[in-house]
Amino acid sequence: MRPVTGAAFVWISVVKILIVFGGLLTLIALWTWVERRGAGWIQNRLGPNRVGPQGLLQPAADGLKNFLKEETLPPFSDRVLFILAPIMAFTPALITFAVVPFAAPLPTPWGLVGSAIANLPVGFLYILAIGSLGVYGVVLAGWSSNNKYSLLGGLRGSAQLISYEIAMGLSAVAVLILAGNITMDDIVARQQQSLWFVLPLFVAFGTFLIASFAETNRLPFDLPEAEAELIAGYHTEYSAMKFSMFYIAEYSNMVTASALMVTLFFGGWDIPFTAWDNTPPWTVLKSVATFAAFGVKVLAFLFAYVWVRWTLPRFRFDQLMDLGWKVLLPIALGYVMVIAVAVWALESRHVAFGIPYALVLTVVSVGLGAVLLWGLDRNRVIGGSGARQRGRWRADAARARSEG
Amino acid sequence: MAITVKTLARPEAESSYVRATLKGMALTFRHLLARKWTMQYPEQTSTADWSLSKRWRGTHRMATDEDGKAKCVACGLCPQVCPANCIKLIPGEDEKGNRYPLVYEIDEFRCVFCGYCQEVCPEEAIHVGVHYENAEYDRAGFVYDLERLMRQPHEVSTLWDPADPKGE
Repeated sequence: MRPVTGAAFVWISVVKILIVFGGLLTLIALWTWVERRGAGWIQNRLGPNRVGPQGLLQPAADGLKNFLKEETLPPFSDRVLFILAPIMAFTPALITFAVVPFAAPLPTPWGLVGSAIANLPVGFLYILAIGSLGVYGVVLAGWSSNNKYSLLGGLRGSAQLISYEIAMGLSAVAVLILAGNITMDDIVARQQQSLWFVLPLFVAFGTFLIASFAETNRLPFDLPEAEAELIAGYHTEYSAMKFSMFYIAEYSNMVTASALMVTLFFGGWDIPFTAWDNTPPWTVLKSVATFAAFGVKVLAFLFAYVWVRWTLPRFRFDQLMDLGWKVLLPIALGYVMVIAVAVWALESRHVAFGIPYALVLTVVSVGLGAVLLWGLDRNRVIGGSGARQRGRWRADAARARSEG
Repeated sequence: MAITVKTLARPEAESSYVRATLKGMALTFRHLLARKWTMQYPEQTSTADWSLSKRWRGTHRMATDEDGKAKCVACGLCPQVCPANCIKLIPGEDEKGNRYPLVYEIDEFRCVFCGYCQEVCPEEAIHVGVHYENAEYDRAGFVYDLERLMRQPHEVSTLWDPADPKGE
């Protein structure tokens, strides 16, 4: 079946935009509820369960409240930028999702419809380009508020996003080396031919995961809005729907980052252990099944965001910078070289791309990952961190006692 | 003077986030599935873990005799002892010489719920009660007259533990 062309392409794209936009906003609304219930459960409480069954209508009530609240405009603020900033945070966060394929192609009377809104040939570069635009919203919000806390939040946001963008991009380079292309469809297809890239690119997944937490300004890296230090950081001065837009931007960044991790490392819409889902003829059932597979993976990552948020405390700013520049960047850079050498070695022996090829890389990566974890952890895998140091202190104290 | 950041030379084991993170994640996940302690207040007013004490001092209640009349003899001790001055009592006397309250009003809004009125009452007429839900739409609604005090259905406070009356 041929891809859709002509006038049908335009209106099918419009329909796709509406569906994806609606679905995304619904998921975001739902996830504010999941976050609050999750927070409650982790703290042995129930969380919001009053509005609607199990509190499911809580996001609607929150949205209504934000519509009805007063829009404040702080005096001496930069009016234009102040109003522009939430839009600049909100828009890139939503349009990044446009290139992510989330199901098998859908056959329609007009031709085969790919699931991504736009199947750009430069798919991954588009994500890097648009994804880093989101920092403008944070910086401009901080600047235009005319509030020193907001400004500090904005500055932190820009420093953090720029620092982790590098580690994120470099760990994605490993994926691109293996995929041999930068369109999202090809990245998914290559994973369907071999293993999910999380195995052959284990270390890259680790760095990408950490960097994407920092990129989305989520705990433990939510320094731009560190409430203990900066009140609410860059959105201190915002109220009502403008605040809501920052909120939606944060959650849609989360969704996009999760979708990216799934696409780059967890086979996108691939269903594991079967080739049924990724071979023509395409059917509606295949689209639905692969969409479900994609959804489950994305929701798992989204849950991880919530889970980590209510587990880890916030980093200090210098620790954040240390982790970005002194740990993640060298690891990602070194790992790109290791993968490039391994791929070169495999290619020069004319090993065809497939499962054995991926297994060799898996052994290299997991071995490397184990060494890294051992290095970071010094092989003391059991007992609380610092257990050995405390043991040493205790021994010192005992020796001092026996001598004294 | 330049501002310096004090950095502690921690051993690497203490600055490794990997293990601490995984431990923490395991802990929070256990709590995610663990028992929830929230009491669903308007539906539940007490649970196995928590209920209102028998000694709770809340909304007042006037005890009645077998004829359904207030036990109060309008002796005037409770307005005298009340530290918040929230009891208004105008005594009356019937043809047989029995004293009774013409007006007996307690302003629950001014009351500090000390329970002295119950302690001082020689007839065991006025009581503080095991009850706390007394919200009103205006201040006048908090002034409980005699009829309303007699209508209160809740239990009265024991003020002290009957098994240990001297608080030993």
